[in-house]
Amino acid sequence: MHVPDGFIDAPVSIAAGAVAVAGIGIALRGARRELDDRTAPLAGLTAAFVFAAQMLNFPVAAGTSGHLLGGTLAAILVGPYTGVLCVSVVLLMQALLFADGGLTALGVNITTMALVTVLAGYGLFRLLLRMLPKTRASVAAASFVAALVSVPAAAAAFTVIYAAGGTADVSIGKVATAMIGVHVLIGIGEALITAATVSSVLAVRPDLVYGARGLMKPLELRVAARKADGPAEPSRA
Amino acid sequence: MGAGHAHRLYLPGASPVHRLPPQCKLVAVLAFVLLVVATPRERIWAFGVYALLLAAVTVAARVPFRTVARRIVIEVPFVAFAFLMPFVAEGEKITVLGLRLSESGLWGAWNILAKGTLGVVASILLAATTEPRLLLLGIERLRMPSLITQIATFMLRYGDVVTAELGRMKVARASRGFEARDIRATGVLAKSVGALFLRSYERGERVHLAMVSRGYDGRMPVLYDVGATAMQWTLAAVLPLAAALVALAAWMSP
Repeated sequence: MHVPDGFIDAPVSIAAGAVAVAGIGIALRGARRELDDRTAPLAGLTAAFVFAAQMLNFPVAAGTSGHLLGGTLAAILVGPYTGVLCVSVVLLMQALLFADGGLTALGVNITTMALVTVLAGYGLFRLLLRMLPKTRASVAAASFVAALVSVPAAAAAFTVIYAAGGTADVSIGKVATAMIGVHVLIGIGEALITAATVSSVLAVRPDLVYGARGLMKPLELRVAARKADGPAEPSRA
Repeated sequence: MGAGHAHRLYLPGASPVHRLPPQCKLVAVLAFVLLVVATPRERIWAFGVYALLLAAVTVAARVPFRTVARRIVIEVPFVAFAFLMPFVAEGEKITVLGLRLSESGLWGAWNILAKGTLGVVASILLAATTEPRLLLLGIERLRMPSLITQIATFMLRYGDVVTAELGRMKVARASRGFEARDIRATGVLAKSVGALFLRSYERGERVHLAMVSRGYDGRMPVLYDVGATAMQWTLAAVLPLAAALVALAAWMSP
């Protein structure tokens, strides 16, 4: 998915870079609202988490494996603005340190994998939550659908960029079919992991799932009532 | 893409390339790659000259060619894509070795291979000669918002910690007889990811408290600054200037 140099021509790469800069600018302002002065350490550790989670390969089909992209997952867990920042920083570091994804294609990569993924994934997630009953199952279902759609959405965004500035003479129809087809498959893996991860975090620290804030009651400490006089009842557990 | 990021990329050294300030190298590499991308693909000789320029930098930086060659592997998924292109692209067909290939597809494949490889090699040289910490100082000097560089600093600093945690979880799963075979493994893997997120986030909360107790107020103190002299900028400009001459010649030539 990381686009290398030379795949998209120079003018469109620069235009995508401008879109990425604008998107990150908005995300910076929003992230300060989400996390105030905790932004740097928390977004940094979440970026490290996304980076590590991308190393986790899961089997897709017939011996091939895919890895998590993590845009929707990060957005649901820490909020859309912080999510965009985390994924963008991961992409920036991958391009600078690991030569994964070209430097001139950084704008394209951030636009498709950070901006479009989070926008499509998180937008759909909130929309679904508004319509579904407020239970843990519907949070899991909403994150499943959101992650499932977000990956082909990124592929579709790439196809649009390719149509504007692709350097190879492959028809748009073929690129769209191949890209979106493959990414629907990847999206299924992404969706399964995202939904299961969100619900496992929701079970332990519901307060940490940004996307489900206000939906879940905070966990409360329950203390067994003592009788007014006499020793405490022996526990039956 | 599919390949791992486990290896450390920085090669310690004291060559002239190592000693250049990071912001100069960043600008030089970015300008170089932009020029490469903007060069018409029909001028095959221009890409040869670009490759020679990078080879000269490799020699000047005393980076072994073998190291560079080994790290190019990151590109493999796109090489596969490039090899498919002559078969799927439109346009006039020509016959090569008994195969009917699209001529523009061949050009497209060449375009991606040449420009992609030059870009990857330029990035590898940048990462091999610049400490990650200094790279971040460099992008901060280039007016990157400080919040971004702070996030990147934390990601770098704790990336290994979080990755090692994931590794320990993997050992723990394996020692209990777990093997990811098919889709039913998802639940187990997702619980690991969930636990990893909680541990990372809670570590972030502790780090934040530790920083606040040491006087953090939203900006990091500057402990070490990297200034660049005009001389250093000139030295760094040699690569993109040479590339600019090549690109100009490629545009002008018939």
